[in-house]
Amino acid sequence: MAYRSLWAIAALTLAFGAGAQPEPIRIGAFLSVTGPAAFLGDPEQKTLELYVEKVNAAGGVLGRKIQLYAYDSAGDAEKARAYVKRLIEQDKVDALVGGSTTGETMAAVPLAEAAGVPFISLAGAVVIVEPVKKWVFKTPHTDRMACEKIFTDMRGRGATRVALISGAGGFDRSMRAECLKVAASAGVQIVADESYGAGDSDMTAQLAKIKATPGVQAVLNAGFGQGPAIVTRNYRQLAIGAPLYQSHGVASKQFVKLAGDSAEGVRLPAAALLVADSLPDADAQKKVVATYKRDYEARFKQEVSTFGGHAYDGLMIVLDAMRRAGTTDKGRVRDAIEATRGYVGTGGVVNMSAQDHMGLDLTAFRMLEVRSGDWKLVDPRN
Amino acid sequence: MAAAPLALPNNYTYEVAILVGLNAVVCVGLNLLVGYAGQISLGHAGFFGLGAYASAILAARYGWPPALSLPAAVAGVAVLAWLVGRPILRLRGHYLAMATLGLGIIVSQVLATEDRITGGPDGMTVVPIAVFGITLSGERLWYWIVGTLLIATVWLAQNLIDSPRGRALRALHGAEIAAAAAGIDAARHKLGAFVLSAALAALAGALTAHYSGFITPSKASFLHSIELVTMVVFGGMASTFGAVVGAAVLTTLPQLLAGFKDYELVTLGALMMLTMIFMPRGLVPTLEKALDAARRKPR
Amino acid sequence: MSAQLLQSLFSGLTVGAIYALVALGFAIIYNASRIINFAQGEFVMIGGMAAAVFVDAGLPLPLSIVAAVGLGMLVGLLLEKLAVEPARGAPVVTLIIITIGASILLRGLAALVWDKKIRPLPAFSGEAPLMIGGATLLPQTLWVLGTTLAAVAALWWFFNRTLSGKAMLAVSHNRLAAQLVGISVRRVLLVSFGLSAALGALAGALIAPISFTAWDVGVMLGLKGFAAAMLGGIGSGPGAVAGGLALGLIEALGAGYLSSAYKDVFAFVVLLAALVFLPNGLAGHGPAERV
Repeated sequence: MAYRSLWAIAALTLAFGAGAQPEPIRIGAFLSVTGPAAFLGDPEQKTLELYVEKVNAAGGVLGRKIQLYAYDSAGDAEKARAYVKRLIEQDKVDALVGGSTTGETMAAVPLAEAAGVPFISLAGAVVIVEPVKKWVFKTPHTDRMACEKIFTDMRGRGATRVALISGAGGFDRSMRAECLKVAASAGVQIVADESYGAGDSDMTAQLAKIKATPGVQAVLNAGFGQGPAIVTRNYRQLAIGAPLYQSHGVASKQFVKLAGDSAEGVRLPAAALLVADSLPDADAQKKVVATYKRDYEARFKQEVSTFGGHAYDGLMIVLDAMRRAGTTDKGRVRDAIEATRGYVGTGGVVNMSAQDHMGLDLTAFRMLEVRSGDWKLVDPRN
Repeated sequence: MAAAPLALPNNYTYEVAILVGLNAVVCVGLNLLVGYAGQISLGHAGFFGLGAYASAILAARYGWPPALSLPAAVAGVAVLAWLVGRPILRLRGHYLAMATLGLGIIVSQVLATEDRITGGPDGMTVVPIAVFGITLSGERLWYWIVGTLLIATVWLAQNLIDSPRGRALRALHGAEIAAAAAGIDAARHKLGAFVLSAALAALAGALTAHYSGFITPSKASFLHSIELVTMVVFGGMASTFGAVVGAAVLTTLPQLLAGFKDYELVTLGALMMLTMIFMPRGLVPTLEKALDAARRKPR
Repeated sequence: MSAQLLQSLFSGLTVGAIYALVALGFAIIYNASRIINFAQGEFVMIGGMAAAVFVDAGLPLPLSIVAAVGLGMLVGLLLEKLAVEPARGAPVVTLIIITIGASILLRGLAALVWDKKIRPLPAFSGEAPLMIGGATLLPQTLWVLGTTLAAVAALWWFFNRTLSGKAMLAVSHNRLAAQLVGISVRRVLLVSFGLSAALGALAGALIAPISFTAWDVGVMLGLKGFAAAMLGGIGSGPGAVAGGLALGLIEALGAGYLSSAYKDVFAFVVLLAALVFLPNGLAGHGPAERV
């Protein structure tokens, strides 16, 4: 008899206890943690996990804890689609942060639009936000911006005849296409356009062709992974004198380590996160990037990467929007995201609008140069 | 198939079921080639991808209605398979494997490189199919479409296998030279199996593209070709039902393993190895044999 | 000869030497067992990754390479003992799936045990490129080429002058007859896997200074190595080497003079044409077929 009432009390307490816990805020993520884009997804996942933990430790958002549902789509658009379906239908997430690659993001876009779930993408191509889609936003700088920044810098050094060399991946091809499109309006002429394959070990044949092209004043390598490091080494091996530019895809210490001495003098556009320590205190981003760098490196014993930074920005923008909207109602959160103004992230200062679902301008990109194995700001005033 | 919707709680599970069905259609076709005719193809994803892109491009860039572009794409791929098959099927064993591998790679590379037409490695969006003005969308509708297609394909395959042509195919598998000595035109039958399996792959590819609304060149990749062959061998070669089971297991497995993240590859590889070592003829034939043996045990 | 042409040739030799070493590994296992070992690329990956990890941990380079080769050989022996031997009676396609499963497993393990970072390896004799006739060649390429030639010579000596080598050849020609004269086929298979894995691992350590190493380099290398082995005529050691060099040269010349975007397509088209017109590969002899 006594036992039965004990059980009844226990059951009631449990029921009340469970009911008393407020519903968690569900954030869904699909990232390329394994596969060819592990470079991107791995730091993204780590960042999301770290910051969900931190925010929960500080009390959560709107008095509710955050629950992260993260899946590994391994760079595969089909998998991404299936996981996004799962996140929306089964896990019933309030918002999506993810899509490490453009292919995966674009596969998820129709699902987010149809279901009306705010989606912040972590991929690079400009096609994600152009044309603007109601529910889709992105945090990383676009590849078009990278091209514009690089071409402007080249013009500043007097170089107008440019050779392009890119890899076979989605990022590479997309950036190459954008650079070809904006070249004329940026005042440069593309005189050579070479490619290499995924997993290639030697690019001297293509570089020899570029070297033999008359009047090349600068060379741009659009790619990420080990390709650009090999290109850089081959570049010095062939003693090509023109300045070499890389893309923001290799904005990481790993690239510098792989390319070794041959990286000296290479320039690329990157987020301020990479030079957090050498930013002047007056810089708007100094506090945010320095804190993120310190927290990430302390926890994971790894260099920060700009990709992890984009994930940080994505998560924080969503949570900030929820705070401002005072609810997790998807429509109101979406409106709040679109109204983000003056938000300081690792990628830059974000000002979104109905026409601009990314919110960064060219000043968010800093031009860096490799000197003695470390990043140096080319123009500290920038 | 009719009972399954009762067990499928939400759209996500329907999606998985649809993917299983589409993979199964390819596998049944591939099984005719690999399991019955005994020819290795390591490039079948190429046909899948070509069917998908052909239909997508005709619809998006040339304005064809998908109801027309889809059959046109399948027919086109079938013709291509016929043209390419004739010289290639003269090769045997590993050389044939290499040739089909090479074909698959050429297809996936061209699809990825011609980005002005195909959208490049990031892929392209695909318009949904509209028949008589009604857009075919929604997981439930597609579930029935794919399910019906699968049943039709299995029926076709089984009829083929039991026909004189099918028996000729099986004779090929046993011993090609002996079959030729018995008067069977090996080349014609091999080519027929090759073209039919290519057409089925293209059909499944085009349907996948219009259903998902999106297609990327990775669908034509070497890794995808390997996945398809694995499904056929795992399920049981020379067994149509085995091909369906293989597709079902190997499509749902990664979804089930989704929570394992870092361990997914290790688990998948280990599973493939263990099942092939202990069930070398594949899942269904091994189970059938076991059931047979159990039935025959004296009581 | 123009500097660009010479540079393209050197590029082709560099890449071709890498393919040749991988192709050699395929040939050895195929010879002993008629199996195409799709995990061959992973042996190369293990060799490169292990060497890089050991060097990072502080071991001197030569010792790291020896240890890496040892590790590779161990993995090869384990693969044969645990996966290939139990499945010996199985149809060819099943064995192919087993090796494919093994390659997925090994890749997953590499990502788990090590990590997904791309790692460099210091060059064996310095990074300064050699200037020859207006084009440059890396000393590391000479190491790769030299080792390939040495390997071919050593293997020839092994197969033709030692008893165990001759036993392996006997098995590849006629398994039943070899068993009848008392040759242990099981041991021959084991040795072939161990040898092939060791060679693959050595290739990985040689290549890493040129093209870096990571958990997933095995996929592309294995594929190209397989293609090279088929081009040369599967089952022929010198054929594999010739196939590797040919494939590398075709790629580099295609990149330099036709279209670098299509160089892989070009290489595979040439390969397909070669297969169709030279059905037994460059070496000219293929497996005999039993009726």
